[in-house]
Amino acid sequence: MSILVDKRTKVVVQGITGGAGSFHARQMLAYGTQLVAGVTPGKGGTKFDDRVPIFDTVARAVADTGADTTCIFVPPAFCADAIAEAVAASVKLAVVITEGIPTLDMIAVRRLLDEKGVRMVGPNCPGLITPGECKVGIAPGYVHQPGRVGVISRSGTLTYEAVWQLSALGIGQSTCIGIGGDPVGGIDFVDALGLYEADPGTDAVVLIGEIGGAVEERAAAFIREHVKKPVAAFIAGVTAPPGKRMGHAGAIISGSSGKAADKIEALRAAGVAVTANPAEIGVTLRDALAGAGRKGR
Amino acid sequence: MKLHEHQGKDLLRKAGVPVPLGRVAFSVEEAEAAARAVIEESKVETVVVKAQIHAGGRGKGGGVKVVRGVAEARAAGEKILGMTLVTHQTGPEGKLVRRLLVEQGLDIAKELYASVVPDRERRRVVLMLSSEGGMEIEEVARRAPEKILSRAIDPAYGLRAFEARDLAYGLGLGDPATGKLARVLQALYRVFVAEDCSLVEVNPLVVLKNGDVLALDAKVLLDDNGAFRHKDREGLADPTEEDPAEAAARAAGFSYIRMHGDIGCMVNGAGLAMATMDILKHHGGEPANFLDVGGGASKEQVALAFKVILSDPAVKAIFINIFGGILKCDVLAEGVIAAVQEAGIKVPLVVRLEGTNVERGRQLLADSKLAIIVGRDMDDGARKAVALARGKGA
Repeated sequence: MSILVDKRTKVVVQGITGGAGSFHARQMLAYGTQLVAGVTPGKGGTKFDDRVPIFDTVARAVADTGADTTCIFVPPAFCADAIAEAVAASVKLAVVITEGIPTLDMIAVRRLLDEKGVRMVGPNCPGLITPGECKVGIAPGYVHQPGRVGVISRSGTLTYEAVWQLSALGIGQSTCIGIGGDPVGGIDFVDALGLYEADPGTDAVVLIGEIGGAVEERAAAFIREHVKKPVAAFIAGVTAPPGKRMGHAGAIISGSSGKAADKIEALRAAGVAVTANPAEIGVTLRDALAGAGRKGR
Repeated sequence: MKLHEHQGKDLLRKAGVPVPLGRVAFSVEEAEAAARAVIEESKVETVVVKAQIHAGGRGKGGGVKVVRGVAEARAAGEKILGMTLVTHQTGPEGKLVRRLLVEQGLDIAKELYASVVPDRERRRVVLMLSSEGGMEIEEVARRAPEKILSRAIDPAYGLRAFEARDLAYGLGLGDPATGKLARVLQALYRVFVAEDCSLVEVNPLVVLKNGDVLALDAKVLLDDNGAFRHKDREGLADPTEEDPAEAAARAAGFSYIRMHGDIGCMVNGAGLAMATMDILKHHGGEPANFLDVGGGASKEQVALAFKVILSDPAVKAIFINIFGGILKCDVLAEGVIAAVQEAGIKVPLVVRLEGTNVERGRQLLADSKLAIIVGRDMDDGARKAVALARGKGA
């Protein structure tokens, strides 16, 4: 079992003929993802690598192939439009890899997603992967192993690091999600924790946060109320220089300082095993699982 | 990207926010001429001479003087131009004042606060308004949070007139200030959207004795991700306000922040870059910098990033920690090899590679015959870098 994507997921790649899009489309195909379509306006009717049909529009791609999930590599200036196109074509999940989308564009996109009930992962993220079944995005597939631990992270590369540690310990993963580090995005920690808690294929969760905003504090509050599965965490940025003024102004509204220390304290108070050493994320999860086992959970 | 006060006020004025009459000056002579022009146009002898630096708290640091007449304005200009202004936002080293804003004096009845800022939690742009102008909004939030009014704005409609009025009536200013304030609030949101800002803050926003509402200060930050929509932006940048290494990094498309330690770091991804600094500290080391080469870095960008690290004389060891995703390990290796061959390297270099194309990357580094110390994993690499920076073998 898993969350959001599995072996039945049919993926369309928007921007499949670009540099990053084509490289990672090949990686997804090699991983075994059901990549059923590509979209590049003006290149409809051709094929990607002689196997994946390319369409001019997402609507046509969805109608002809039954794609339900899009992976977007479109450049930032055109990306909000690409997401809106996918929403209009009624995909269920949009995974946005693109980095550098203006915040105002994402605020408008988020409103549209909420209105239409479409989920988004990202932007500025590595995507997600259900090991052995489906990879949507750019995560290096080989570090993952099928298993029963969920991983959710605001960072891309730090997610790979955590997964690599888990796999080295022989701990496989149910689904790993990099939600991206932009101020306004799609799925957040609370959404993902709810999905993992409800997933019979997930026994425990690794949460990787960082300074800024208050999503970790909200995750802590959610864990305290709704999550029975063990959670291990690392928060990046204990040594980061004090936040810029804008961070403060934004944080006032949400009632948080955005500091790593506050996030760590909130998570610990909610019973989360938080490590200060990013090289010990895997071990911390293993110990949290063992501890939960002893308590007979 | 940060703007100076006078640049921010130009944007506000264009959008219909009243600002004081004023002129920017880069020399004492220009300051004198600016004062003469402002006095003539405003018919008021009082002028304000304000240091223009990318930091707040200028008044307390002696960077703002209220004077009467052209001669006094010139004297104030002489005093402020060229001074190193230290405020709570500049750090102890302060900032050199290279430009001034000379403005008309005003009869202020009341000081308010207004800002427009994106709110991560509500996923909306939010307008904040407070009767407590002139002091830091953080301070107001701590002491009297009930005095901060805020409204999340629907991007489809913008800040509608009735919403702006709702907020303005909340301050109980009476007529005609309330109506004028509401129009100013709408204009502030228009500036935020039209210019792709990440902050528009006016503190204080003043009410004059005649009921006029003016932006007495302006702090504007632009969203760098929106730069492609604003080709005219580069003219607003002030390179003298930035650390040269940080500016070079920004121009090359990666992010670099100088820290105070001695271990240079090159990492891909902001989260892993922060975690790398954290683990160095955890093992008793001190990072010299934060450096995220970014997702799609080219060989040339990697080489440039490496040279930026080498340009910091405090660096005694370098730790490269890469987990390839979009950035492929072989591209990273090529960039590092090119930079080392071109610039030379006198400090030990620890490299930890994992991720996309890792085998090819490791092979390239091995074939290069460079004196590279291999970090088996993040922990091993960090420990070795800390030991080497202390002059101990790894």
